[in-house]
Amino acid sequence: MGLNEMHAEAVAGVVDRVINRYRRDPTCMLQILREVQEACDWVPPEAIDRMQAMLGVPRTKIEGVAGFYSFIYTEPRGKYRVLFSDNITDRMQGNRALMERLCSNLWVERGKVSEDGLVSVGKTACTGLCDQGPGMLVNNYAIAGLNLERIDEIAELIRNKVPLADWPPAYFRIEDNIRRADILLNADFTPGEALLAARARAPSDGLNASNMRSWREGLPSGIGGPGATLDEIKRSGLRGRGGAGFTTGLKWEACRNAQLKAGHQRIVVCNADEGEPGTFKDRVLLSKCPDLVFEGMTVAAYAIGATRGFVYLRGEYRYLLDHLNAVLAHRRRQNLLGKDICGLPGADFDIEIHVGAGAYVCGEESALIESLEGKRGTPRNRPPFPVTNGYLDQPTIVNNVETFAAAALIALRGGEWYAGIGTKQSAGTKILSVSGDCERPGIYEYPFGVSIRQVLADCGATDTQAVQVSGPSGICVAENEFDRIIGFEDIPTAGAFTIFNKSRDMFEVARNYVHFFQHESCGFCTPCRVGTSLLKNLMDKLHYGSGSPYDFAEIEKLNQLLQSMSHCGLGHTACNPVLDTIAKFRPAYDKRMMQQDFTPAFDLDRELSSARQMTGRDDAGAHLETEHGGQS
Amino acid sequence: MSYTFTLDGKVVPFVDGQTIIQAASAAGIFIPHLCYHPEFKPHGSCKLCTVKVNGRHTASCTMRAAPGMVVESETEEINAERRALTQMLFVEGNHFCPSCEKSGNCQLQATAYHLGMMSAHYDHFFPNRAVDASHPEALLDFNRCILCSLCVRASRDVDGKNVFGLSGRGIKTHLIVNAKSGRLADTDFTLADKAAQVCPVGVILKKRQGFAVPIGERKYDKAPISETAETTEGR
Amino acid sequence: MTAKKKLKVATTSLAGCFGCHMSFLDIDERLFTLLEHIEFDRSPLTDIKTCSPDCDIGIIEGGLCNAENVHVLREFRKNCKILIAMGACAINGGLPAQRNHLPLTTILEEVYHTSPGLANGMVPNDPELPLPLNQVHPIHEVVKIDYFMPGCPPSADAIWKVLTDLLAGKEPELGHGLMHYD
Repeated sequence: MGLNEMHAEAVAGVVDRVINRYRRDPTCMLQILREVQEACDWVPPEAIDRMQAMLGVPRTKIEGVAGFYSFIYTEPRGKYRVLFSDNITDRMQGNRALMERLCSNLWVERGKVSEDGLVSVGKTACTGLCDQGPGMLVNNYAIAGLNLERIDEIAELIRNKVPLADWPPAYFRIEDNIRRADILLNADFTPGEALLAARARAPSDGLNASNMRSWREGLPSGIGGPGATLDEIKRSGLRGRGGAGFTTGLKWEACRNAQLKAGHQRIVVCNADEGEPGTFKDRVLLSKCPDLVFEGMTVAAYAIGATRGFVYLRGEYRYLLDHLNAVLAHRRRQNLLGKDICGLPGADFDIEIHVGAGAYVCGEESALIESLEGKRGTPRNRPPFPVTNGYLDQPTIVNNVETFAAAALIALRGGEWYAGIGTKQSAGTKILSVSGDCERPGIYEYPFGVSIRQVLADCGATDTQAVQVSGPSGICVAENEFDRIIGFEDIPTAGAFTIFNKSRDMFEVARNYVHFFQHESCGFCTPCRVGTSLLKNLMDKLHYGSGSPYDFAEIEKLNQLLQSMSHCGLGHTACNPVLDTIAKFRPAYDKRMMQQDFTPAFDLDRELSSARQMTGRDDAGAHLETEHGGQS
Repeated sequence: MSYTFTLDGKVVPFVDGQTIIQAASAAGIFIPHLCYHPEFKPHGSCKLCTVKVNGRHTASCTMRAAPGMVVESETEEINAERRALTQMLFVEGNHFCPSCEKSGNCQLQATAYHLGMMSAHYDHFFPNRAVDASHPEALLDFNRCILCSLCVRASRDVDGKNVFGLSGRGIKTHLIVNAKSGRLADTDFTLADKAAQVCPVGVILKKRQGFAVPIGERKYDKAPISETAETTEGR
Repeated sequence: MTAKKKLKVATTSLAGCFGCHMSFLDIDERLFTLLEHIEFDRSPLTDIKTCSPDCDIGIIEGGLCNAENVHVLREFRKNCKILIAMGACAINGGLPAQRNHLPLTTILEEVYHTSPGLANGMVPNDPELPLPLNQVHPIHEVVKIDYFMPGCPPSADAIWKVLTDLLAGKEPELGHGLMHYD
């Protein structure tokens, strides 16, 4: 029996255990697949047989879900599944050489499984360790700060088949690297006090009755505590921290006002699917102040009358799961979750954590909801919006981790206080994930309105060429724009702040991002599914020296098409890094535009390679002159 | 209640709940589409039916009509974009019309004719996709799949069988069938299924029927898709 | 009225079946009208083997299957002001491209080594023979193509329409009935 094979009965046993823990609930499909894989190292066909029988769902559905997520394997990938983070910062920190070293140490080809079925080595999108990269995941557990020495040790551990649980704990230590803290990261916060403050805002007359009614029925007009809390959120001017910047109070109010159908409840979802390359602030918020985040969710539940909450945690942060569950358990014991929270009758709310499995698109709120429902993470058609028809068609708010943390503080200290921080249009603070070419990468919390130049000075960045703000779907800022500020009135951001000094090739930065979007396109709509592949091919064509003005025109046309025809933001923004860098770093492209006239994307001489090999010919006629610069 | 909006300057009536494409079809106006089918819940994935509503692009199969909307459809700009989407579908799969039984009756091909697509423009992907001939009565040629998911919806929503599904992600998204073996023969699929009738291209084919109708007499030989589409209910 | 200088038209078939050329001949007596406006340069119809450097229009049938196809296509692109892809194979590789999902080595193995009945099979390696490409390519992937004439083959009427549109200085357009991919 091979390493990856288990008896069918053993597999069925695993599946039964997992499925029963999830109450035989098909909406937990992704969680079930993930946990089956944790036990079996992959999802064997026998496991799908069993799921089909136990959950009563068709095989097409199970295979469809399993096939969507990068971290779910329906083919054996080895006992040790190593994935190198391949963000541009990992590249800059030398991840490629480390990956080659590991592959050669283990005698395994990149992307393949070793012949003995022990190990596979591949790459994955940004794992959120940019401030301490290069990073990797081993069986979905994060390891940071890789270097040659550690790679050699890891190869040794794998060769000796040492169980992951017995690897040195130091490998798995992830630093918070908080370099500048403000109201959120400095919060002197006792769990429960924001909730008590929210409750205390209720008018004194008929406290319990009004709260019970609005909690349970979600009355449209704010009566008592929930209404007062919502007012504070509105007064604060808080806007979503996930990038889009929708006004939080309006979103909550729309959800609170949405009609509830019989048997339905309102839902609070915390979006911790922090997949934008270069972003890692939610990782730090969840590791340093989970209570603040959970309390913010509970405040939201109180304000809108929700009874069920979810945290959608990206698969790359699997290592945080046990800790977060322990915090939730503790909050239940303190009566900060569960029934009659803080002794308030009818105040019922609880939170469960769902873990993603390697799909950036699930950061889009409607795709996230699909994924929470145990489906493929395809963004929905909108309208209707989640506030009226969200999780299982129920009114749902989806907010970013940082938004909830801020909401907790607002409940505690009031909207007025919060609105006084930051700028007129951008209240409060923003946590930036600073990485790339600087002396002190890490987490920086600033009041809104801070200039790019200030951040660069604080983190010790010198000779800076460009900053990619808010990741590849954000904007690339050049030196002459460093006085621009972080804020909704100028440069909005979800938090990524990736710095490139003058030695960096901005074309290669854009190419890395284009590869990312191509890999993460969900495949639902034609323009994004095919267009991101075409764009990747064009960028590769330029990279290999076959680019001409023709290809530039093609890139422009593709961009137009993706922006106008795509189904969701992924497709709309997929061309941004290319457009920005063409506009601002044109010489990096001109250097690539080696051809005046149209040139094929592939190497014609290489196209004869198989025939040369089969015939043994190498005469002049066995070659084609080619303008192509390199391999493709 | 009955209201109106304008489509390329023409006044189109609609009733509450109708989408733009539904109202347009009822008025006998053709909007190109592939994943939309009047009998199924709109999917909104192929994006061929994209129109401009008050200057903004949107899929007309999922957008509800609203009073006073100004909708543009048959403009050179929008048709150029639709043509590019069609070209993407052609290079993504293996669409060799001369050797395809569906030729002449194929919605993708007829839509490309309608849009004046003279070539596929982009470099071809030439993907390696299988053919499943296991079923005694039907052939599955995945080379031509455009992922419209009509067979998925028909099998699930009408036949109650879930014979088809989509798996994979991004450019690797692909059609699967409901069997451990992955073979159609091992499913409960029959030719009487709705799913056997809805494929707009040449993926799901009835065996021993190929090329039965001579060239010149096939559906889109006789009239262009804009005049034959089932969706122009108003005719 | 001064006699206008006739346009030089070159044609060739790469990895095609000459069906498009046959269809071209099917324009029948309209050829005479055409010849009032054009003269043929390199073409199977004239048996001229190389393009004149000042051709106005080049018409290419067939895709790129081997090294010689590439040389010929490049010669046409170099010598013709306007290049037209004629027929399915030139446009998307056509029937020959249906080998593209198989590795060329596997195909050559099968054809020359492992097929039953082959004695002493070996892959021909005479330098006179052009080597096959790993994949068959449509011609627009290798040189810039100005116009496309779809069909397998394009009908005589479609060919006539495209050529007369071009001669009239119009963007060629094929309406219902003329536009065919098969």
